Amino acid sequence: MLLVVEQFLNGLQFGLLLFLLAAGLTLVFGIMDLVNLAHGSLYMMGAYFAATFAAWTGSFVLGALMALGATLLLGIALEVTALRHLYGRDHLDHVLATFGLILFFNEAVRLIWGPAGLALPLPAWLTVPVPILPGIHYPAYRLAIIVVALLVALLLYLGVMRTRIGMLIRAGASNREMIGALGINIKLLYTLVFGLGAALAGLAGMMQAPILTVQIGMGENILILAFVIIVIGGIGSIRGAFLAAIFVGMIDTLGRAFLPNLLRQVLNGAAASTAAPALSSMLIYLLMAIVLVVRPEGLFPASRR
Amino acid sequence: MKGLNVSKAVTALMLAGLVLLPLYSSLSGNIFILTLFTRIVILALAAASLNLIMGYGGMMSFGHAAYLGIGGYAVGILAQEGVGSGFVQFPVALAASALFALVIGALSLRTRGVYFIMITLAFAQMAYYVASGLARYGGDDGLTVYKRSDFSGLINLSDRVQFYYLCLAGLLGVIFLIWRVVNSRFGLVVQGLRSNEQRLQAIGFPAKRYQLVCFVIAGTMCGLAGALLANNTDFVSPAVMYWTRSGDLMVMVILGGMGTLFGPVMGAVVYLLLEEFLSQITEYWALIMGPLLLLIVLFGRGGIMGLLGRLNRG
Repeated sequence: MLLVVEQFLNGLQFGLLLFLLAAGLTLVFGIMDLVNLAHGSLYMMGAYFAATFAAWTGSFVLGALMALGATLLLGIALEVTALRHLYGRDHLDHVLATFGLILFFNEAVRLIWGPAGLALPLPAWLTVPVPILPGIHYPAYRLAIIVVALLVALLLYLGVMRTRIGMLIRAGASNREMIGALGINIKLLYTLVFGLGAALAGLAGMMQAPILTVQIGMGENILILAFVIIVIGGIGSIRGAFLAAIFVGMIDTLGRAFLPNLLRQVLNGAAASTAAPALSSMLIYLLMAIVLVVRPEGLFPASRR
Repeated sequence: MKGLNVSKAVTALMLAGLVLLPLYSSLSGNIFILTLFTRIVILALAAASLNLIMGYGGMMSFGHAAYLGIGGYAVGILAQEGVGSGFVQFPVALAASALFALVIGALSLRTRGVYFIMITLAFAQMAYYVASGLARYGGDDGLTVYKRSDFSGLINLSDRVQFYYLCLAGLLGVIFLIWRVVNSRFGLVVQGLRSNEQRLQAIGFPAKRYQLVCFVIAGTMCGLAGALLANNTDFVSPAVMYWTRSGDLMVMVILGGMGTLFGPVMGAVVYLLLEEFLSQITEYWALIMGPLLLLIVLFGRGGIMGLLGRLNRG
């Protein structure tokens, strides 16, 4: 029982984290029609910034806030110098150019921070276990991730659906020429959206950092998961990304936790321990394949122009 | 004929260079260059096969490196299990790649555009994780191939020069096949599907079936590259399937010129030599390579072949 609740919460936490990453990816794709592979690099940079600033200031929260600002600025700089010129180009061009950016970022990190990973230690008040149900404790930090991510998701929803800027963003997604003709500075809008996406990726990276180590290439595996999520959820749809992220987070975590035992009851010990790790990491890809067979446009396709 | 055709001349020069390379290597005693070029030729084969679906078929597969792994693991696993004959290993490598291409192609081709890019990427990652989970065959650490494929006296793969020529023959054979495919009725339909799928479907061509066959052909060819690569490095690991490897292959194709017969070969030669050259100047070669790729995408339309073509027209 304890294990089930714990793994369930772990799945939720991982799913929400994936959502932060996928939200930026799907925003940028839905609005600018840009495939950004370097999104995972921004996730990595967020983690490195947080580890560095936290060490400088001696405060985890202050470091995280500074890192958030830094990734936002980095995203804006990236958009203005490089990615802006890719709008309207073929998707293949996006893939290649941002692939080049990944190489660049990985190498830049190696140059600045060295090849060894960094650690981002948690402050004491975040390491205590919190009782959530009678007799069941859960780490405070993971709980904090769940709360922060849910809050960000809510803010994002309200921001996109209820504010003037959000309205402009949605308008820009459906018809960029028209909104430009109506006197809106579409270039600035795009830059802002990209910065926002970068900050979300950075946030995901720095929140994951204390759980895993901060290392080069940390954004690459998780980026693929984010892609799977936006494919399942329907590209450009934030709601789809949210649901798909929770779904993928749950399946991945629960699969890894319970599949080996489940298999052991069907197969003999040796076969089960060989098949389980491979099968549990395949699970989400199988899920994606099934979704694409049934609904090639994803589960919640955004209404596109 | 108005003057010399620059791109044809450069292609001929490059091919002559590739054919004569072992001679240079043995005269100068530079063994390293032969090892390097064996790798280049094998990856050029992989890039050429990717070009068939990407350049001619318009199918932007971002998971092509999966076949490198599948071909490689077919050789590695069979060798481990005591089947050393290349007459078994190579056909199995090709068949396994073809089967994988058939399954993921049938699923992926239901989607288009950026969905296709991502789903092929995800399937390749899936293959990567499966290979990492193969505890019996080395898992994450990879599998050492202690003995190269044995072609019972016909050709000795442990001999550097013979192996190089085998790879080169493979490359030229694949390019010849691609040339035949592209200019056949089948190839024309596939290329037509790239420009206007709806119209061809309206005439009555079963679009997906044509694309799937093309996808399988390309995957099988790349499986050959995988089997050769495993022999070349005497080692196969999940890393050859990692998605950045697929990215490398795509870069080679674009760099050389998509949809040109020899473009991918040119791209592979230039990309890998550049990588080699930059890594000799600085440990941080990717710091230069990354932005270089960005610039190539932004300004280098049509790749090297496109550039040569423009030179030709003046």
